Amino acid sequence: MSLSSRLISAACIAALRVLTGVRAQWLGCGPASQPRIYFANHSSHLDGVVIWSALPRTLRAHTRPVAARDYWDASPLRRFLASEVFGAVLIERKATGHARGQVLEPLFDALDRGDSLILFPEGTRGDGEAIAPFKSGLYHLARQRPAVELVPVYLDKLHRVLPKGAALPVPLLCGLRFGAPLMLADGECREPFLARARAAVEALRG
Amino acid sequence: MSTTTLDGAWFALLGGVFGILVVASVVGTWLSGRPLAADGQATVENLNARIRAWWVMVLVFALALAGGRTGATVLFGVMSFLALREFVTLTPARRGDHESLFWSFFVFLPLHYWLVGTAWYGLFTILIPVYAFLFLPLRSALNADTRGFLERTAKIQWGLMVCVYCVSHAPALLMLDIPGYAGHNAQLLVWLVLVVQMSDVLQYVCGKLWGRRPIVPKLSPSKTVEGFVGGIAAASAIGAALWWVTPFAPWQAGLIALLVTLLGFAGGLVMSAIKRDVGVKDFGAILEGHGGMLDRIDSLCFAAPVFFHVVRYWFTP
Repeated sequence: MSLSSRLISAACIAALRVLTGVRAQWLGCGPASQPRIYFANHSSHLDGVVIWSALPRTLRAHTRPVAARDYWDASPLRRFLASEVFGAVLIERKATGHARGQVLEPLFDALDRGDSLILFPEGTRGDGEAIAPFKSGLYHLARQRPAVELVPVYLDKLHRVLPKGAALPVPLLCGLRFGAPLMLADGECREPFLARARAAVEALRG
Repeated sequence: MSTTTLDGAWFALLGGVFGILVVASVVGTWLSGRPLAADGQATVENLNARIRAWWVMVLVFALALAGGRTGATVLFGVMSFLALREFVTLTPARRGDHESLFWSFFVFLPLHYWLVGTAWYGLFTILIPVYAFLFLPLRSALNADTRGFLERTAKIQWGLMVCVYCVSHAPALLMLDIPGYAGHNAQLLVWLVLVVQMSDVLQYVCGKLWGRRPIVPKLSPSKTVEGFVGGIAAASAIGAALWWVTPFAPWQAGLIALLVTLLGFAGGLVMSAIKRDVGVKDFGAILEGHGGMLDRIDSLCFAAPVFFHVVRYWFTP
């Protein structure tokens, strides 16, 4: 990481602390360096960065938010932040045909390099009240990389800091809770697994 | 006030405060070494956490005052920001309030403290009660979400008044021209904060030692008649004994100290009522052992504006 990226990352983390006052609560596990997928509810553009910045510094370098290319590739500033500062893995949300099968490739690559991922299985931001049904990406990742720990994460009140449609943020004390890791059970099918993963996030709502 | 004058009074004040902290730390350490029942141990642990936080608060406050009017204004501005952030977190707003809240945090709050720093008294007194009061509901109304509109609007205005407007009257003391007291206004600010905070501490201590009869059990079971009487009396006595750092005569200092400690108690009660209403024990967790910023400055919110106007009415030309 270059010096300027490091300074910008420090500034982003400081700004996030001012806006969210967030403190990570490790309820079901502690920070660990093995490859993990942190999966969380999604209600604001800040979500990925909030989880990323709450990790210990040594883990941050190897933990990469998974983000939508259509948003984070849309302007030079966003592109710079996503690639140089947060090390985001950008994916196509609207892939069709043959490309659809390739969407998860960059995620497998990252996991195989030993990186962890931050993932929002709802696929899009919600209103902060209900958690939408999970998309199947998490299931495919769990099935093909069974050694990777799946850590449920609940983000509280982020939708009030930067709700859908708002350009400017409002400072609020947000919550960030890490639950106990899940594994895909032997022979577990897609729908029950996704429902179980979603329930694990829901259970952290408190 | 032009510049702060450093004199013997400062050294006595600082020495006194640090002396109290040293004694408190020694007593706290001694208590933690004694065998106690579980709830006694919890109390001592909380007491020591509070003392550690006091060290930090006193050091930050002293450093800010060393920065003169700018330092004090920035410090109280940051405190207002943190308090408002806690307040807004606990009073759920709807999507339609988002822009009004943005204006509160990033326009009215800094603008108001800029008026404090530049001693623009006329606009300082009306910016939030008049202009913010009229503008913010308009901004919310433009979002065309009418559900709970009056309640939402009132909550935002109340948060701004308590967390920003009221608190800012403490650093605003630095803008007063008190005859024969030029260069000493910062000591008046220290006196106010010291009396109000000592009143909180002594009410807590007296309550723990002798407290039996709860004063308003439904609101706050830990506030007792014994704590109230002992704390208010002791803090007023401290205020009177420190008359020599103020522009007041000893009897005036005692009377005004009594007034601000009673107001501080009132502030604590009102904020307890809000906490009961929204179902929390503390507004936040920013200060170890104390809870949130708003838990620590609730008494100052009520004491500062009245104290400011008492001084301005009777002690300035």
